[in-house]
Amino acid sequence: MKRLQIWDHVILLSGVFFMVAPVVLAFITSTHDAVTIYRSGLQFGFGDQGLQAYEDVLFRAGGFTKEVNGLVMLKNSLILGLGFAIGKIVISMLAAYAIVYFRFPMATFCFWIIFSTLLLPLEVRILPSYEIVQQLGMVNTYQGLIVPLIASATGTFFFRQFFMSVPDELTEAARIDGAGPWKFFIDILVPLSKTMMAAIFIIMFVYGWNQYLWPTLITTDESFFTLVRGIKQILQVWVGAQIPDYDQIMAMAILAMLPPVIVVVIFQSWFVKGLVESDK
Amino acid sequence: MSTITLDTVRKVYAGDVEAVKGVSIDIADGEFIVLVGPSGCGKSTLLRMIAGLEDITTGEISIGDRVVNKVDPADRDIAMVFQNYALYPHMSVYNNLAYGLKNRNMDKAEIDRRVKEAARILEIGDYLDRKPRALSGGQRQRVAMGRAIVREPAAFLFDEPLSNLDAKLRVQMRVEIKRLQKGLGTTSVYVTHDQLEAMTLADRLVVLNGGNIEQIGAPIDVYDKPASTFVASFIGSPAMNLLKVKGDENGLSLVSGKGLSGANAFGKSAYTLGIRPEHMSVVEAPKGDGNSGVDLEIKVNVLEPVGAESYIYGEFAESGEEIVVRVESHSTYEPGQTLFLRAEPKDVHFFDAETGARIES
Repeated sequence: MKRLQIWDHVILLSGVFFMVAPVVLAFITSTHDAVTIYRSGLQFGFGDQGLQAYEDVLFRAGGFTKEVNGLVMLKNSLILGLGFAIGKIVISMLAAYAIVYFRFPMATFCFWIIFSTLLLPLEVRILPSYEIVQQLGMVNTYQGLIVPLIASATGTFFFRQFFMSVPDELTEAARIDGAGPWKFFIDILVPLSKTMMAAIFIIMFVYGWNQYLWPTLITTDESFFTLVRGIKQILQVWVGAQIPDYDQIMAMAILAMLPPVIVVVIFQSWFVKGLVESDK
Repeated sequence: MSTITLDTVRKVYAGDVEAVKGVSIDIADGEFIVLVGPSGCGKSTLLRMIAGLEDITTGEISIGDRVVNKVDPADRDIAMVFQNYALYPHMSVYNNLAYGLKNRNMDKAEIDRRVKEAARILEIGDYLDRKPRALSGGQRQRVAMGRAIVREPAAFLFDEPLSNLDAKLRVQMRVEIKRLQKGLGTTSVYVTHDQLEAMTLADRLVVLNGGNIEQIGAPIDVYDKPASTFVASFIGSPAMNLLKVKGDENGLSLVSGKGLSGANAFGKSAYTLGIRPEHMSVVEAPKGDGNSGVDLEIKVNVLEPVGAESYIYGEFAESGEEIVVRVESHSTYEPGQTLFLRAEPKDVHFFDAETGARIES
């Protein structure tokens, strides 16, 4: 028993080590200057630059236009992540509500159609999606970044399963209490789904935050760039006569990681609750 | 408060399953009606049709003077108490009670008055701020009833409201429901499969079987004169003993071979004879005096003492037909022992062997 416990810890610790080590290394490296990093690669001890790289990344405008700094990108990323997550929750809740609570012809068929879009991720339909967004004039807009991505089969599926587990008696009690479809949705279903919404929010926020391909396509204006693209941009722009600002790249990677980490840390207890139990 | 009238109400589900087959009941103002029957007899469907949660296939349901077939549940002026309470889990007890009133845009002060009043009647005043999760089963049941009371509806509909409670609490709540209903004088329809609940609560019982009404009547009348073998075996606990009887020109005889005193007054060749366990007494020897009572001879299988009384589970040696007899508490009978039983004429019921219908003597 004792030995087993030691091994459990060894396995867990090594897992933690492999997960956290790259992050720690990136942070340590970001405290050196670019030349040192260029010359001798990743660093294992703190350097003499302190948090200078972070200040540069956040407040010094870069890129071709020299108009965009890290803060703007952070804002863009937040808008994308939040819009993506909230949009997905709203759309999939409404879709699931329609499927579960309203008798309309071929409801099940509709659900499976939605479900089968899992087979068609963005990468598969990227050209037609771009075509449509372009025709709608939504290139280089936040709507263009967010709207085409918010239909979610996964979200619809989760909410459908959740709604189906809500007892019929509750629906009937609400009907007798004079709650119409909207009232029932807002007063009963939404509060009941809180944990579920939190769980889906985490997944979708992180997913939206990390989007790379779609923003790259749809935004060419640097003022719409997200943090994730910013990393690439630093590397691109300074290639040439100068040494790339590796310290800034590391700093930006760390910065890009922080918001999702914060979201996960805050919501993680809800996350587990939402996926394994329900508040009924 | 108002009457409820069901006029040949039928319910046919998809796939031609006829759950309710033309049921007519007139429920008087303030009356407590209990729909009772085994599962699948259509009692819940009937209640849900009154509530408006199920469509009515044919027939008419009126509440007061108004035909409500096409009226939304919220507008029928009824309140329902569900088996699993169906409390809104995320709302406090207060809001659970107030929700239906808020949806009707009632004045805040009036809502408050009604909620407080219901809480006082049901003694749940201390829990108004709690969530249902933090309440015991009995308390939740009270809240569910409170939600019905605050509405001050024309009728209460109860769908097996006590079946999730433990035995002791069930008796307590049963008494309370009855007291409450009498106090408020609200017309009530109550669905249960528990014949004891049905007997104790009802002003009138409606015994349902397979979507049909078997019998409507005051509980004691249903007990005294069951209209069919189905009612006879359903109302009363333990159930009435039903024995096969042959009739010919010489008189009646049990299938077990023993003759019955009394003539074959109804001129049929086969009957079902019903005697309740509590209506037989153990005698020294068969009377055989030609009196129209029934003398039986059985073999004891098991003696089951329940405290206040004991039950003998026995059988007829010849036919193997089983019989239950109530005897006094502290009786001592040995398995295998032979007993003579006697039932008086007034306690003996005759039913048609084929249709199960009661034959009046």
